[in-house]
This record gives sequence, structure tokens and C-alpha cells, in this order.
Amino acid sequence: MSTIALMFGTVFGSLIDLNHPGHYIHWGFIQMSYGNLIVIVLMAIVFFAAILIPFKSHKGGER
Amino acid sequence: MTIVDPKTERPDQADLDKAAGRPEDADQWTAKIRNSAVEALPPQKLLPDRQPAYVASWIYVFGVTTIAALIVVIGTGLVLAIFGPNWWHVSSTGLFVNSLHMWSVEIFMFAMVIHLWGKFFMAAWRGKRKATWITGVVSFLVSVGAAFTGYLSQQNFDSQWISSQAKDGINSTGAGAIFNVTNFGQMIMWHIVLLPLCIVAIVGLHVLMVRLRGVVTPFPAKGEAPGSESPTVATGEAEVQA
Amino acid sequence: MSAETHKKTRPFKVDRDATTWHGRYEKYDLAKEFLISFVVVCILVAGLAVIFGSPDDKPVTVKSWSNADAVDFAQTALTELDNSSPTAVYGPPYNLNGTAQSIGPLSPAKWLGVHHPIDTANDYVLGPLSTLPNAPQVQAAIAEYKSASTSQQGTWTTAYGKAVANATYTDGKLVVPPGDYGPVTTLIAAETAMARSGALDGALLSSRQFYGTDYTKPLLFIANGAYLANLANKQNLAGTQWGMMNETGQYPGQAWLWLYTLWYQVPPMKTSSNADLQVFSLMIVLTALLALVPFIPGLRSIPRWTRLYRLIWREHYKEVEPTDRA
Repeated sequence: MSTIALMFGTVFGSLIDLNHPGHYIHWGFIQMSYGNLIVIVLMAIVFFAAILIPFKSHKGGER
Repeated sequence: MTIVDPKTERPDQADLDKAAGRPEDADQWTAKIRNSAVEALPPQKLLPDRQPAYVASWIYVFGVTTIAALIVVIGTGLVLAIFGPNWWHVSSTGLFVNSLHMWSVEIFMFAMVIHLWGKFFMAAWRGKRKATWITGVVSFLVSVGAAFTGYLSQQNFDSQWISSQAKDGINSTGAGAIFNVTNFGQMIMWHIVLLPLCIVAIVGLHVLMVRLRGVVTPFPAKGEAPGSESPTVATGEAEVQA
Repeated sequence: MSAETHKKTRPFKVDRDATTWHGRYEKYDLAKEFLISFVVVCILVAGLAVIFGSPDDKPVTVKSWSNADAVDFAQTALTELDNSSPTAVYGPPYNLNGTAQSIGPLSPAKWLGVHHPIDTANDYVLGPLSTLPNAPQVQAAIAEYKSASTSQQGTWTTAYGKAVANATYTDGKLVVPPGDYGPVTTLIAAETAMARSGALDGALLSSRQFYGTDYTKPLLFIANGAYLANLANKQNLAGTQWGMMNETGQYPGQAWLWLYTLWYQVPPMKTSSNADLQVFSLMIVLTALLALVPFIPGLRSIPRWTRLYRLIWREHYKEVEPTDRA
């Protein structure tokens, strides 16, 4: 029983604990947490990647 | 009694004819509703298996990804509902399901905003698709509201802080008279009943509109003279303003 | 009736209208696309949850607050008693002791009035204290306070308010520099003891009903103190720190609130007493503009001017545009 609990605890407890004081960028009057900054930068990357990466669909369609 | 032939797997046409479609019944409200729905969105239009050749970019997957994320949000929310609002504070499994719920919301908003950016830069409102655009913006707003009431329902320090701060903004508009962010019972009911129903209804409408109008065509190419052909104009649309 | 019979021609506006597609169609499996998206999202969400988990900072209670900072609690309790706390002078929807925010003649909070009445002196101090059993001194202090004139009450509370700023909490007692505070000393001391025992949390929540789910009263009381705000400041959650976007710890928060919180950082909203209504109104206007982009010339031309669509549909343009390159 305790082994199972230990397994669940390992999976369900987080591997990286983010419950520490965060880091923030100060850019002029803008303040942003690293977490949010990463999300926003990722969004921009994914957006441009989605537009630039070729999308190969099945060819040979008809009118 | 007619039985469905297992080989063809289709209902007998005679049985179908008994149930609906007679000319003498065409005045019925039921018949009218069915006929206009089928005329607007026949099965081939509701679930097409072909798309115009220009629908060939990864940017097109973010609408369906948003919906996929919404399903995970709702699914994890259902699990949280089964065990009640206190569960995730006292159980490690509960905390894990809460984590799934939180990250699926992040992915949901992530995909939705990328979808919004894509649709904006494609000017996807063109060609009588204004209502599609508007329902999209409304579903974004309702989603922000749903996320907000979710944060308020956490019953922890974060929800205490958010509610004590947000109350000022909402009170200033007068909405605080009805929408009381420090009232946990009210906020959780908005979060798990009212707003999810609104989101599902609006997103459903949004998707039906996309199916109705199809994916917007690209801007005219160089050398293409769109002024020479009449754009699709619906029956009864107003004359062009001067 | 079909669209054909009622077709009207009108000038083609490139930012409003779209051409009809008469070109090639290709196979596109929507169901498969959905399933793949769903599986990818599930894997991503599960991965993020396993790696990072989610935050759950314990809530502040009146008990934890008064035990952590008894002096801050006592100072706040006094402002509730003398009706000078932020809640006491808030105005609608809690009471009529303050001015609702306005823009010119528009003051929607004032029009809607009081819907969640809070009388801080009675609801937060005198009411809970009157429920204490076996405390004749406290009941006598309540009676003395209630029967005194408003100016006498004010004299006591003003004097106590100045003194309690220099109070200490020693040997389980609130120690205030000596002075003439009438029954206020007893009242605040009893209130602090009641808070530290946990009894005040219960009294504030269940004052109207057993099954309370409305935490307005205890939450506003806690928020009136400096303790909650100090905890929030440490986690960059304060309004001046763009806190609306942030989450506790290092977790990503609500990045989508960036524009809403931005306006609080710029003049005139930054220093205005009507900032909330101003920012909300501004956001309603901007949101309406977003929803109505299809109708707004100029705004709806931005996609064409920025030409990002040439990248998105580059394969299509390669196919349909005449290639005059040698």
C-alpha cells in the first residue's frame, strides 16, 4: 500500500517545485514575471513557426 | 415489420419516408426547422472531407487545438467536481488533477490567442464572416471570465488576493452589486455552471458558422481582378453603403 | 429561393469582401486532425502537470493574521470600530459612507446602491464581541462605548489610534502606551484575543447563517490590514507590480490580462481616484473595437498592409500568380 502511495506521490508531486519567489524583468515601466515572459515568447515562436513550417497535405485533388 | 438489412447497414427508405418528408407536412414547424437546417448545413458541409487547396498551413490547426484543450479543461474540471472544491487541497491526486486543469487552461489560452492572431492577419472576417469573427471575440471574453472565476474559486491565498483586488474594478462599474467576487459560492457556480455553458454554446455557434461559410479565401493575387466578379452576397443583404 | 436570384453586385472592398473559390480542393481529414490535436494536448498537459504541478498557497485567516502580526490586526480593528477603514468608507455596494467612482456624471456604482451592507463597527467588532460568553468586562465596555456620544467615541478612538501604532504584543497581551481611551482598550484587546483564538473567523462567517459560502465580511476585514498586502507584495502580486498578470511562486499567470493591467501603470489612471472605472471603461471600448474590427476601415486593413498573409498563403500565390521570372 505504501509503495503504491509512494509511486503516486512521485508522479503526482511535481518534479520541479515552482513555489519559490519568482524572478521578474524590469523593462522601462514594464514588469513581468519570467513565467509569463516565457509563455509570451513561446507564443510568438509557435505563431511564426506555424506560418513558416511547410504543411504537406495529400496532393492530387480535383476541382 | 421492416428490419434494417445488416449487409447494407442503411435504414429502409420506406421507413424513413414514413417518419418525415411528405409534402403535405411541409408547413409544420418541425418540418420547416429540419428542412432549413439541412439546407444550410447538409452532412457534406457539416463534416467535409475536403478543403480548398489554400488551406495548407500549420496556422489552421490552432482552432481545433483550442477546442481539444477546452475538452481537457472541462474533463479535468468534471473530475474536480466529482470530489468537490476541497479535494485538491487535501489529496495529492487532487492536486495533480488541479495541475492538469491549470495547465490545460494555459494551453487553451495559448492556442486561442495564436488562433486569434492567425485569423486577424488573414482578415478572416471577409466575405460575410463578420459574425464568425464576433463569436470568436466573444468566446475569448467569456473564456477570460471563466478563468477569472476559476482563480476566485481556489479557496487559497491567491483567490483571497485576487478577489480583494478585483472587487474594486468590478464595484466601480456597478456590477459588484450583483457579481460579488468575494462570494465563493456565487463565483464557483458561475465558474462550473453558467460560464462553461456559455462557452460551449458560443464555441458551438462559432464552429457552425465556419462550416456554413467555409474557410476564408486568400486576398486576391497579383493580377487577379476581383472587382469583375460579384462577391457572394446573401439574400436580403442591404445595398452597399455609398 | 436561392442566393442566385437575389444576387446583387456591389463594389468589391478587399478588406471586407472575399472572392469565391473555384479552384482545387484537397483531402483534409478533420476527424483525424482533431484526434491528433487532442492526444498532443493531453500529452503536453500531463507533462507540464507532472513536471511543474500547480501552486496552492494556504489562505490567510483572521487567526493566522492576528497571530503573525497582532499590532497590525489591532490597528485594523480600531479602524473598523471608528469607521475609518477602507471598507468603512468604501461606499456602494457596501455602504453609503463613501463616494462611488465616476466619470463625469456617470457613476454606475452609485446608481446601483448598497447590495452587500457592511457596518464595520458592529459587524466586525461590537457584534462578534457581544457573542463572547463569560466576559462581563467586555459586555460592559460594549455598553459604555455604545452609550457614549459620537464625539466621545471619536476622542477615544483617535487617541487609541495614535497609540496603537507603537503597541507591542508581549506575554499574550496587547501592550499600548498609557492614555485615556475609555472602553476602547478593552474592546480592541478582547477583539485581538478573540481573533488569535480563531473564534472571530467563525463569528464573521456564520453571523447570518450556518452554511456560509459568502466570505465577503472576513475577507474585506483581512484585506483592510497590511498583512495580506505585504504577503502579496513579496510575490509581486500588487497592482503597481503588474500583479494582475502574475501567479504565486514562479508559475505563469494570466498573461492575457496584460492590457488591462497596463492602463493602471500610466497617467492619468496611475494616480486617479477613479482609476478602476476609467480602466474598465477604456477596456470595454477597446474590446468593442476588437469585436467590430470587420466594420472599421483602417483597422480592418492592417492584415493587408502588413502582408503577413503572403507568407501564410505563399503556396497558393505560387500556384495562381503568373511567374514572370526568367
